[in-house]
Amino acid sequence: MTNWLEDPIRWIAEWLYSVLVGWGILPSVADVILMITGAAILSTLALLWVLFLIWFERKLIGRIQDRFGPNRVGPWGIFQSVADMIKIFTKEYITPQGADKVLYNLAPVLAVASVLLIWAVLPFTRSIMGVNLNVGVVYIVAVGGGGVLAILMAGYASNNKYAFLGASRAVAQLISYEVPMVISLLVPVLLAGSMGLNDIVQAQSVPYLVMAPVAALVFFITSMAETGRAPFDLVEAESELVAGYNTEYSGLKFGMFFVGEFLHSFTAALLFAVLFLGGWRGPFVDQVPLLGLVYLFIKTMVIYFLIILVRASVPRFRIDQMMDLNWKVLTPLSILSFLVTAVIAKVLEGQFLFQVLGLLAGNVILLVLFMEWGERRNKRNRRPMVSQPRPLATPASDETSMAQS
Amino acid sequence: MLTDYLPLVVIIVFSVILAFLVVALGHLFGPKRPSEKKSMPYESGMVPYGPGQRRMTVRYYLIAVLFILFDIEVVFFLPWAVAFRDLGLPGFLLMVAFVVVLEVAHLYAWKKGALEWE
Repeated sequence: MTNWLEDPIRWIAEWLYSVLVGWGILPSVADVILMITGAAILSTLALLWVLFLIWFERKLIGRIQDRFGPNRVGPWGIFQSVADMIKIFTKEYITPQGADKVLYNLAPVLAVASVLLIWAVLPFTRSIMGVNLNVGVVYIVAVGGGGVLAILMAGYASNNKYAFLGASRAVAQLISYEVPMVISLLVPVLLAGSMGLNDIVQAQSVPYLVMAPVAALVFFITSMAETGRAPFDLVEAESELVAGYNTEYSGLKFGMFFVGEFLHSFTAALLFAVLFLGGWRGPFVDQVPLLGLVYLFIKTMVIYFLIILVRASVPRFRIDQMMDLNWKVLTPLSILSFLVTAVIAKVLEGQFLFQVLGLLAGNVILLVLFMEWGERRNKRNRRPMVSQPRPLATPASDETSMAQS
Repeated sequence: MLTDYLPLVVIIVFSVILAFLVVALGHLFGPKRPSEKKSMPYESGMVPYGPGQRRMTVRYYLIAVLFILFDIEVVFFLPWAVAFRDLGLPGFLLMVAFVVVLEVAHLYAWKKGALEWE
């Protein structure tokens, strides 16, 4: 029996288990009941957490744009998303003519479920996690594919041209950005020597943000693209595609896509915190394991804050710029950083301090060289200007020359 | 062990059921008054013409092929990255050769213009 002060959640689980077995339930059945309870709590909390995330993002973006943001419902408008949720519950479902009914109804379910599934392998503290899977990284990539499938299903089944265009764009974007994302995921795997997320956290006596900043940067950019958020939201470019793949969805079915998107970007921040910022690691975590939850939460919120800041300050990419960024910048960069990390980690094996410093130096040099190369390529490929840009206000001398001609 | 995956199965089943439940709740509370006009596919207010699913540009196909190429490569990378410390120099050189071959293919696609999106 563990001490309840040290690890209350495990203590509760063990207490519940003993109660269930005491009732004469088979131990294996009691195990399954505990798992179902855990899954229920985890996924319900995740879905409710989205309410806060939506409020947080709206408020923050409002402040950045010199507005108030939601401020009517409750203190600081904190219950705004609760009110929105209640309203969306009472909205009618409209199924368009000629829609593929099965795919059409399955898509929103899959959109949320595929994000919730990622939470199954995240280590929240040393001991609190759904499953300590030894192939956690592969699992995350595999489950992330479900989200792409949901978008494709939604666009294909809606019988709407805008939705179809949005879906094909979305799939092109998401599968393209999956390549550098997975390669940058390889760097923590390589440094930790394991694919299990908890092993990766445990191996980070120095956060991998210090040891592999290039991989962290690539992962940050690509995970933002994977969630289809602001600089990369071509998926639902309002000015071109109405609303993209979810044009034909109404009521809670649309709400599920919305929830899935918000939850996905929070999950991306969580993943970043776990893989590159040391997850639950922090001072005094050995004495009080529950403190790990607080550390993880703080790290995640910092990253989520950054994601919102990027959304608020960067305009949307054009699709060719986005594809260029992926295939001509991020993919080569992630492969190079992967190789550089492998070489330095191998050469300086054994001397930990030198290894960390060497990796940091190697990454910085790689980034500088790569940016220099990109600068030169840009100069070479710059399109010739058709005509010189004219000044907006015509000077007086110009006017006289025009009058003469 | 296969029993290690039992919690995963539970979570998969549960999260799908939960998402279904939420959608079903909307069915319960929402009004149901379908009409001809309402259920027309939305095309900015015009009467829609032609089928909703059109042919896609071949560029999407190229992207998909490139994705498969790189994703399979990553599948080969992953076990190597885990066992990297034990493989030593020969293992590393093999992987470098693999990456070089792959990057040649990537550069070829680049020069051929498969990555241009204009």
